[in-house]
Amino acid sequence: MEKTKRAVPARGSAAARRTGVPFGGKNLWQRILDNWQLYALLLIPVVLTIIYKYIPMYGIQIAFRDFKASRGYTGSEWVGLYWFKRFFSSPTCGRMIVNTVLISLYSLLWSFPIPIILSLIINQLRFTRFKRTVQTVLYAPHFISTMVICGMLRIFLSPSGGLLNLIMGTSVDFLTEASAFRTIYIASGIWQDAGWGCIIYLATLANVDPGLYEAAKIDGASVFQRILHIDIPELLPMAILNLIMAAGGLMNVGFEKVWLLQTDLNKATSDVIAVYVYQQGIEHAKYSYSTAVGLFNTVVNIVLLLIVNKIASKASDVEFV
Amino acid sequence: MKNYDRARGMSDKTSDIVLVVICSIVLLIVAYPLYYVVVASFSDPYEVYAGKTFLLPSGFTLDGDKAVFLNEGIISGFLNSVLYTVIGTVFSVGMLYITAYPMAQKDLPGRKLLSIFFLITMYFGGGLVPTYLVVKQTHLVGSMWSLFLPGGVAVGNMIIVRNYFQNSIPHELIEASEIDGCSKLRTFFNIVVPLSKPILSVMVVFSMVAYWNDWFTALIYLGGKGTPLPLVMRNILIKSSATASQAATISGGYAELNKLTELLKFCSMIIAALPMLMIYPFVQKYFEKGFMAGAVKG
Repeated sequence: MEKTKRAVPARGSAAARRTGVPFGGKNLWQRILDNWQLYALLLIPVVLTIIYKYIPMYGIQIAFRDFKASRGYTGSEWVGLYWFKRFFSSPTCGRMIVNTVLISLYSLLWSFPIPIILSLIINQLRFTRFKRTVQTVLYAPHFISTMVICGMLRIFLSPSGGLLNLIMGTSVDFLTEASAFRTIYIASGIWQDAGWGCIIYLATLANVDPGLYEAAKIDGASVFQRILHIDIPELLPMAILNLIMAAGGLMNVGFEKVWLLQTDLNKATSDVIAVYVYQQGIEHAKYSYSTAVGLFNTVVNIVLLLIVNKIASKASDVEFV
Repeated sequence: MKNYDRARGMSDKTSDIVLVVICSIVLLIVAYPLYYVVVASFSDPYEVYAGKTFLLPSGFTLDGDKAVFLNEGIISGFLNSVLYTVIGTVFSVGMLYITAYPMAQKDLPGRKLLSIFFLITMYFGGGLVPTYLVVKQTHLVGSMWSLFLPGGVAVGNMIIVRNYFQNSIPHELIEASEIDGCSKLRTFFNIVVPLSKPILSVMVVFSMVAYWNDWFTALIYLGGKGTPLPLVMRNILIKSSATASQAATISGGYAELNKLTELLKFCSMIIAALPMLMIYPFVQKYFEKGFMAGAVKG
């Protein structure tokens, strides 16, 4: 990073003029002029990114102010950490933090290994047509809207005539049981996205040298041994990378599914920060308070991401090179 | 040697069978709920909730499909969703391309800075309310454009496209066209875009799926105007579900109404899911390549 930063201006300006060799002897201005059409292409994306990504970042300051739309960002009264204190002293604060962390932690633990196992199995299928069918069907749920998935869940889990109750011969109202919420959330998540999660692993396995399998076959290795000694070592770097990336998003529980599956009776486990931010901010228009809660969530995420990045760069020294 | 061969053949055969059996079970788990919805959409809801339709429709009816086509909410929601998907896809993919192409030029002055400028937005954002306030200040609330413009550039996909430009389009072609006097813009439209069809088709499908299935953005910004299909379905699927399936015991006109409500649930889910399920198999073969291109950080 440091090195390239120092190298760029040197190449363009002074050094280039002195030696006259790099970039056909053109100086920085000439090179910028040569590329004016490329900068023109970038104009709209850059402007939109500034307006809708960077100005909201500037707007985060309302978390520390008592925001009144009439007074604007900087005109509103500075209240310091007032909103944060209010959040931490609210009765459901602890519950929301715990629920957010537990849902994503358990999601990660369950939904991380399944695509790996699935892709190891699919990769060994020798009937091309069957293999393609399996892949096509497994990808399908990924393309269905959360709204439809949650509609299906509501119907399947219904106490009177829901598919699950019909199969088990019971009449439990699963969506009113706080103890069932995480299982419902995670199991349906696996159903929807485990197949899609295979793609990156299947692509990695497709690049394995076929000679390795031939050699293993000649040595009399069984399918299981081939998976154990060829496929798994091949997948390991990608798997570790995925695990690390997922760990960085530990506080990122999606709003949509929780909001659609939440009922008054399962709130003990389904109350999460994302839903609270929406309710306070959009439904009740408590702009400053909602921003503060959202900022707390983001900061925790960034800290996790930085820690995880540190581990990743250390791991990469050992694992990847 | 012969014996050894035969033994190995046997073990490969048994493992083949085991693998196929496992995959078939997985296939069943994934496909059955979808199949069940289709079967139920053609069945009498009372029979469905009495557990008579596990494999084949019972009390066959097309009332649900009729109800869908007579339901103004669903029809207008469907048309709104089509409109948003078409405009959104053109906009998003266009943004991806005009960003990714300059970013793929390694000798573009300021490329590193621009890269950081875009990448930051992947990890950090203003959050729900500050973004909402900007959308409000730019007078987009209630307008269709609130669904497209605030999304800006999808940075993750932009990186995939950029890497594709760098790795899969021969540099000699671009140089040759520039030597022949093509401007950078003409090179982009006449050489790069036509050569990038595989990644273009993947991005078009991703973008279509995202807009077709999105309802959260519409919930926040549209304020009830021009509601897209998934949000229309929320009223049918989520809000009425607590009472409707319990009403299976009531008889008479109310029961008939409830029957239609239940049928409408199944049929509207099919209407909402089917278009995207019909599209993705066509580009499936490009998914793996696309992901690999994205995984190689350039």
